[in-house]
Amino acid sequence: MATSQNLLQPKQTTGGIVTKIFSKQIVIPLIALMALVLFNLIADPSFFHITLKETNDGYNVLAGNIISVIDYGSELAILAIGMTLVTSSSGGQDISVGATIAIAGSVVMRVLCGENSAPTELQSSIIVAFIVAVIVSMLFGAFNGVLVAYFKIQPMVATLIMFTAGRSIAGWINENKIMNISPECSREFAYFGNNIPGIPVPTPVFIAAACMIIIALVLKFTNLRLYSQSVGINPNSSKLNGINPQTVKLITYVILGVCVAVAGFIKVSRLSTINYSTIGKDIEMDVILAVALGGNPLGGGKFNITASIIGAYVIQMLTTTLTKYDVKSTEIPAYKAIVVIILVVVSAPVVRQKMTQLKKKLTASKVGKEVS
Amino acid sequence: MEKSSLLEMRGICKYFPNVRALEQVDFTLREGEIHALMGENGAGKSTLIKVLTGVYPKDGGEIRLSGKHVSIRSPQDAQNAGISTVYQEITLCPNLTVAENMFIGRTKGQLTNWKKINTHAGELLDSLGIPALPQQQLGSCSIAVQQMVAIARAVDMECKVLILDEPTSSLDEQEVEKLFKLMLSLKKKGVGIIFVTHFLEQVYEVCDRITVLRDGQLVGEYIIEDLPRVKLVSKMLGKELDDMADIKSDADTAKIDYSSTPVYEAQKLAGTTGIKPFDFAIRKGEVNGFTGLLGSGRSECVRAIYGADKVTGGIVKMDGKQINITKPLDAMKHGIFYLAEDRKRDGIVGDLSVRENIILALQVLKGFFRPISRAQAEAFADEYIKLLKIKTASSDTPIKSLSGGNQQKVILARWLLANPIYLILDEPTRGIDIGTKIEIQKLVLKLAAEGKSVTFISSEIDEMLRTCSRLIVMRDGRVVGELSGEDLTQNKIMATIAGGES
Amino acid sequence: MKKLVKMLVSSAVVASMAIGLSACSAGGGTGSTQAPTQAAPTEGTTAAAQTEAPVDTGDGLIKVGIINNDPNESGYRTANDRDMKATFTEENGYEASFFYSLKNEDQIAAAQKFIQDEVDYLLISAAGTSGWDSVLQDAKNAGIKVILFDRTIDADESLYEASIVSDMAKEGQTAVDWLASQGLSEYNIIHIQGVMGSSAQIGRSGALDTKVAAEANWNIITQQTGNWSAEEAQQIVQAQIDAGKKFNVIYAENDDMAKGAVQALDKAGISHGVGKDVIIIGFDCNKWALQELLAGNWNYDGQCNPFQASYINDIIKNGAKQKTVIMEEKGFDASKITQADVDQYGI
Repeated sequence: MATSQNLLQPKQTTGGIVTKIFSKQIVIPLIALMALVLFNLIADPSFFHITLKETNDGYNVLAGNIISVIDYGSELAILAIGMTLVTSSSGGQDISVGATIAIAGSVVMRVLCGENSAPTELQSSIIVAFIVAVIVSMLFGAFNGVLVAYFKIQPMVATLIMFTAGRSIAGWINENKIMNISPECSREFAYFGNNIPGIPVPTPVFIAAACMIIIALVLKFTNLRLYSQSVGINPNSSKLNGINPQTVKLITYVILGVCVAVAGFIKVSRLSTINYSTIGKDIEMDVILAVALGGNPLGGGKFNITASIIGAYVIQMLTTTLTKYDVKSTEIPAYKAIVVIILVVVSAPVVRQKMTQLKKKLTASKVGKEVS
Repeated sequence: MEKSSLLEMRGICKYFPNVRALEQVDFTLREGEIHALMGENGAGKSTLIKVLTGVYPKDGGEIRLSGKHVSIRSPQDAQNAGISTVYQEITLCPNLTVAENMFIGRTKGQLTNWKKINTHAGELLDSLGIPALPQQQLGSCSIAVQQMVAIARAVDMECKVLILDEPTSSLDEQEVEKLFKLMLSLKKKGVGIIFVTHFLEQVYEVCDRITVLRDGQLVGEYIIEDLPRVKLVSKMLGKELDDMADIKSDADTAKIDYSSTPVYEAQKLAGTTGIKPFDFAIRKGEVNGFTGLLGSGRSECVRAIYGADKVTGGIVKMDGKQINITKPLDAMKHGIFYLAEDRKRDGIVGDLSVRENIILALQVLKGFFRPISRAQAEAFADEYIKLLKIKTASSDTPIKSLSGGNQQKVILARWLLANPIYLILDEPTRGIDIGTKIEIQKLVLKLAAEGKSVTFISSEIDEMLRTCSRLIVMRDGRVVGELSGEDLTQNKIMATIAGGES
Repeated sequence: MKKLVKMLVSSAVVASMAIGLSACSAGGGTGSTQAPTQAAPTEGTTAAAQTEAPVDTGDGLIKVGIINNDPNESGYRTANDRDMKATFTEENGYEASFFYSLKNEDQIAAAQKFIQDEVDYLLISAAGTSGWDSVLQDAKNAGIKVILFDRTIDADESLYEASIVSDMAKEGQTAVDWLASQGLSEYNIIHIQGVMGSSAQIGRSGALDTKVAAEANWNIITQQTGNWSAEEAQQIVQAQIDAGKKFNVIYAENDDMAKGAVQALDKAGISHGVGKDVIIIGFDCNKWALQELLAGNWNYDGQCNPFQASYINDIIKNGAKQKTVIMEEKGFDASKITQADVDQYGI
């Protein structure tokens, strides 16, 4: 017994390094990303071609599938930031982000268009519209947050309220009109969802990058990470350590509200119009999936925003890949479901336990052979 | 004697990995008897009950019911044999009616004649004097009545042995009285009742006999008249009355100037957790303690001091100046820290690293916008890992993978790092190895020598005697005595805990 | 008690948001391009169902009970509701009560109530097709005439006076005929469908599918559902462009999706509209879409007529000539559309 243990020792350390790498959270989305990249490289390397194209407005912009991924993935990445925090602190997810995007987008359009569904000039500056949308979104985030933190309603149930009512509220903000900002009215408005003339990289990419930098700074210069994780892991203990779990939860929901406003702003800018019944539809599922794919425990606690963001781009890449191969968009959710199944199964404690047992058995039998 | 015995358990053994939960325990219950099963936490009370009700298979011994050998492999077996249990937590369905609750899962066949059942339930409730109507929704009854309905359900299942596991812990005094009446009427009907509780008063009120367990072993079976309270306490705690080894040296106590202004003082402090308003004070360099049996309110008192539970009244002063503590952060800002009783639930933040657990309190005190740098945090963590000899792979290791004793040291490090003026340690030594226990005791004395004030709570009296210069004794949510100097002896403490005669 | 508090808090939050919003939008302009005939007030309806009490104005008026879907459902429904409200007014000799719900059961219950209120006419745009038989029988027994609009139901024809509907297949056929008349040598089509299984999708897809199957020079480059969403359409077209596919027609089954497609084209520098590389076809005749036509950015927009009120009015005043009335629906060609058309038909 003693000899076999001695023999085991060096093996375990080399095995230990591998285990250590694989236990790093960020590995999960990276593996998924690599799998997708590999698939596309083999199936059709043109997926990675990037070209410079001239738009109808006469500007040069970058084009190609990869550009599409990082462009359309922007909203997902931004929302994944907020969703990760919400998940960490409250141990649940906000399923109302699609509906609140409709609200945020409607607010932007309403402030810009005023009473007129197709104005000839903007009724206020774009920055004002954006700020109003942020404030409104924060309020709705706070609404969800209060239900979760103070009334202790399960996050999914609490946010079901806005999930149900959000699009009606959005329609009501717009007085059920389809608002439309034509290029004649404002060229600038479309810049945020498309390209700024002369800059070939789509603007949403910059906005997403800005959000990532901001959250990185927030996490560096505040205790948001420590507080949110503590509250998510052990609210009792957090309370006895002077943290107010309710406030922390509320803050994360308000932050998600800001993310929703930014994402909604990009979305309306992309098309310069809003249809509150279809904008951001089912995006909450993609966002939650991104958080899960990032390896974050959906029951709260530890989190890794970088992993979530990579997860978001993986989801978008999956969507773009599937669209490229003409998979019907009605079938795309089925493929995403497969990803979910794999994720859930791999991260299930039972499976992990089985895996470690299997590994132990393998090493043990190997060692046994060596001894004999 | 043997003839009237209803239940006999002989030589019961039960082992868990590394733990000897029950070793050769005998237990006898007679017809029409209320028999208290006593012992401190971990004595083996609940294990014995679980063996009896078939939750755990026994590793040795024999169970006889009315003289006949029975084998109980599942709760269902126990029920069929006439052994019913009513647990502390109500295990009935509050959204069903009283009658439905009494008969659920017991009706045979597809058809159920609810009318008949309601009548039957009504008769039964009447005969037991339970103030509930069969068609009333259970949730609308008081907890005591719900408890009684659970008993009625058990009784109706032709039970011969009724086990009441801490039935009174969520009841008020009148409700307890009602429950006792019911128990006495059942007793008259010949039912044998096993009563598990930690309330001494209640034991002496209704019980006929007491069986005391300690560390998984039988201490003895006693007729209630033969065992005065103080003796019971000494049996439970495992200290002979005359074991008067006085460990505490008077040297430390002498240094404390009791005429000085207390570091912390509370007057008529009251909370919502069932303790009576109490006065308390601690001085610089003093180590004092709250003692009493489990559930006597000692944790609730210190939680009230810390603002962990809602405080409803009282005046709190630090260094003579009145302050306001309504939440833990208030206490923390005044340098009062609290190491909670339940380490898993209230202490560690399991998935976070040892480092994060150590800096948590200091970090909260510094504020949300002033995070401690990674390098600084590592320095703090390493310092305290060395100082308290915390055994961990690195400061990055999640705290949950540490042993209990090391987890406790991490929590201690957390509070020490925050530089306490007054430190409250609630059961800091529970469930940890002897070596670490002694380290912690030494640490407490060292802190006091450095001029800090410490309140130390422990279930082990000799531990408190070793560390505390003054003891506040609690019983049933009340402060019933304060002992210091000459009075700090096991005998005196036990007598005060037991109260009543003696 | 706790529940009540929760409700109060939540409504307070919503209310405070509402105040904030209206304050924000108060600075907006007042220059409205809304057609005056459609200026009937639209209530802010957050709830899915609501009733409006009939105005008791004495005798001589025709009492109608109107059961409709929630006007928040779509721009089409909003226009439809506005049209109904503008037609069934006191000036036109009506006393109208409205009920809105997206739930069939609620609608049936409302119909029951209107029967008790002894209305003269029951106008129904049913949320679901089944379950109406008994209530319609009750109406018939009570001597109340029923007119269905926009949507049909599975009930015996004798139970209602008339049904006024759009013919989605015809809308599609008109568009496809128009496309064929453009005389391109080759048709390479990106077909963006609506929510699969909806009547509009089935009708509009059907005509195109038949034509593509019949003609050798009509090819479908891709056929995907955009779920009525501009974003999804944009991504579908983007993926086709990224993949280097060549196409010269975008057949989008509503205006939103056409707009999304155009956005992708603009980005890729592909010209579209009258006399350009890609023909753009949309449906529904939103006002902004018709303006795109007028500007020559799009080529064709098929109408889905939401204005059934005048047909109903005609039936009530002059009697029904046939059971199923198919509304006239236009298709607009960018080269022929006028500002007057935009004003009149834009919704």
